[in-house]
Amino acid sequence: MTVLRNILIRLLTTAVTLFGVAVIVFVVIRVVPGNPIAMMLPPGATDADIAQLQAQYGFDKSIFQQFIIWLGGVMQGDFGQSISLRQPVANLVLGRLPATLELSIMALVMAMLMGGAMALLGTRYRDSKTEAAVDVSAGMALSIPDFLWGLVLILLFGVLWPVFHISGRISPSLNIDFSTNFYLFESLIRLRFDVWADLVAHMFMPALALAIPLAAIIAQLLKQSLKETMHLDYVTLARTKGYGENHVITREALPNAILPTLTLVGVQFTFLIGGTVIIERLFSYEGLGNMAIDAVINRDLPLIQGIVILFALLFTVVNLVVDMLYVVLNPRLRHA
Amino acid sequence: MSGYLSIRNLTVCLKSGAPILRSVSLTVSAGQVHGLVGESGAGKSMIGKAVLGTLPRALHVTSGEIWLDGVNLLSLSQTERRKQIGATAALIPQDPLTALNPSKRIGPQITRRLVDILGWSKTKAQQRALELLDEVHIPNATRVMRSYPHELSGGMRQRILIASAFAAEPKLIIADEPTTALDVTVQKQILRLIAEMQQRHDTALLFVTHDLGVVSKVCDTLSVLYAGKVVEDAQMNRFFMRPIHPYSAALLAATPTYTDPTGSLTPVPEHVIEYVEKEVAEHDVRAAR
Repeated sequence: MTVLRNILIRLLTTAVTLFGVAVIVFVVIRVVPGNPIAMMLPPGATDADIAQLQAQYGFDKSIFQQFIIWLGGVMQGDFGQSISLRQPVANLVLGRLPATLELSIMALVMAMLMGGAMALLGTRYRDSKTEAAVDVSAGMALSIPDFLWGLVLILLFGVLWPVFHISGRISPSLNIDFSTNFYLFESLIRLRFDVWADLVAHMFMPALALAIPLAAIIAQLLKQSLKETMHLDYVTLARTKGYGENHVITREALPNAILPTLTLVGVQFTFLIGGTVIIERLFSYEGLGNMAIDAVINRDLPLIQGIVILFALLFTVVNLVVDMLYVVLNPRLRHA
Repeated sequence: MSGYLSIRNLTVCLKSGAPILRSVSLTVSAGQVHGLVGESGAGKSMIGKAVLGTLPRALHVTSGEIWLDGVNLLSLSQTERRKQIGATAALIPQDPLTALNPSKRIGPQITRRLVDILGWSKTKAQQRALELLDEVHIPNATRVMRSYPHELSGGMRQRILIASAFAAEPKLIIADEPTTALDVTVQKQILRLIAEMQQRHDTALLFVTHDLGVVSKVCDTLSVLYAGKVVEDAQMNRFFMRPIHPYSAALLAATPTYTDPTGSLTPVPEHVIEYVEKEVAEHDVRAAR
């Protein structure tokens, strides 16, 4: 009963959030200067031409009227037509979403592996030079933003030692007929490991650039809570049972110490998704973020709206998943 | 070597060199209960921790020997020592609320080490855990095994920890103030249970407490500790009739009794503290030489 209620409340708040986001975006991009129609017409177009196009896209109506019309469409799954690309926004946006999802999830996995390894290392050799090294590298990783890491990586692995691709998502020669846009996933189940390797070689640097700052945050927080947990009685008791340091850290302390980190990772993951906008641009990766920048440059209002709504939806879903994971991992929150 | 656990001149210091334990010697014979009393900060828990190898990182053993089952623990490598302790000794911790891992079910917390460390089969360990839970009077043992710690009361958890301590049939159990964190009503039951289990399994028991009343009920011998120094080592009967050291006598006199509930609390007199402080200082001078 309470579970059902919680789900209902959750859905309701999500709907309200998305509506709020829609209103803000809709109004803001129309209030700021810059005219999408002007971008479409060649220089020297007459006022009549402009007026005609304005009417065609409905920009001659009031913002409120435009919003109602747009919302009516959204309710039926129609997010309007992209002005610059002249295709339905829903198709465009959903077509790019898998690329961004694959990139973000790969970055998240990399961040968790790197951050987790650093935290475990720092805990295993706490109060030593190794821990100091972990602290220093985490501090450095954190004080440099992701796009700068992107440039550093391009310099290292694209120029000085060119082992990874610096731009795009896949080598054109390898473009097999994908039936979904989840290339990485699809190439795996179709056992096309050559394609998969090519995709990874393209994604590696942008994913790493996104992952480094998050890995540093995970390393710091997880190490801190691991070290606190190591003083607790049940850890001491496990030692007296004959367990060694490695077992005590990974089996006794980690399952409990990971909980606060998990909440933080949820929040930080949404920042990471936000970071894809610049990183995708930097690496010419054909994802949502790259499309978002183009949409803004072209004043493609319907496309901007669609992308922002999708990002907002993505953030809510991530938070929901984190909350659910938290309950799964923490027996104290589970009801009998 | 007499005694199952035999500590010889154990000195433990802070990194700064300040002594926490001052050449402590004590012996726990097989199947006997040895009490370790002293006020807070006297270092009684540190003795248990030194034996089990769980001293805080800021402390280290500077000299002495700890003989357990005929082996000097301090002469072993860290790994050997851990194995030796895991196989021969066990701890009943002070606070049952924090001594069980909150994210694991009770069953594995008892059985895992039997499988991991002692190489038992899973079914045998499971069987053993059920027997033990029965021995510590836990009803519905099968259901309790599947529970998480937060679903059980403090008394229940302490029973589980006692069962777990006896799981590998250790020859020595160190009980570190095992009733301090419990309700007074539960304290009595737990105390009786520990005594009962100790007798049934014929284990040597080092019982750390600040409560002389508790000592009188369960112990055969005892050591009185002040500022990390053993001031008196005695048989139980003799101690309560005729304590030799003035600090012991004062400690006995300071024990509140139920027979005279109106009587005000007697502190340990000033001159006794001065006397014992002087002894400790003389010891340090001798040790420095």
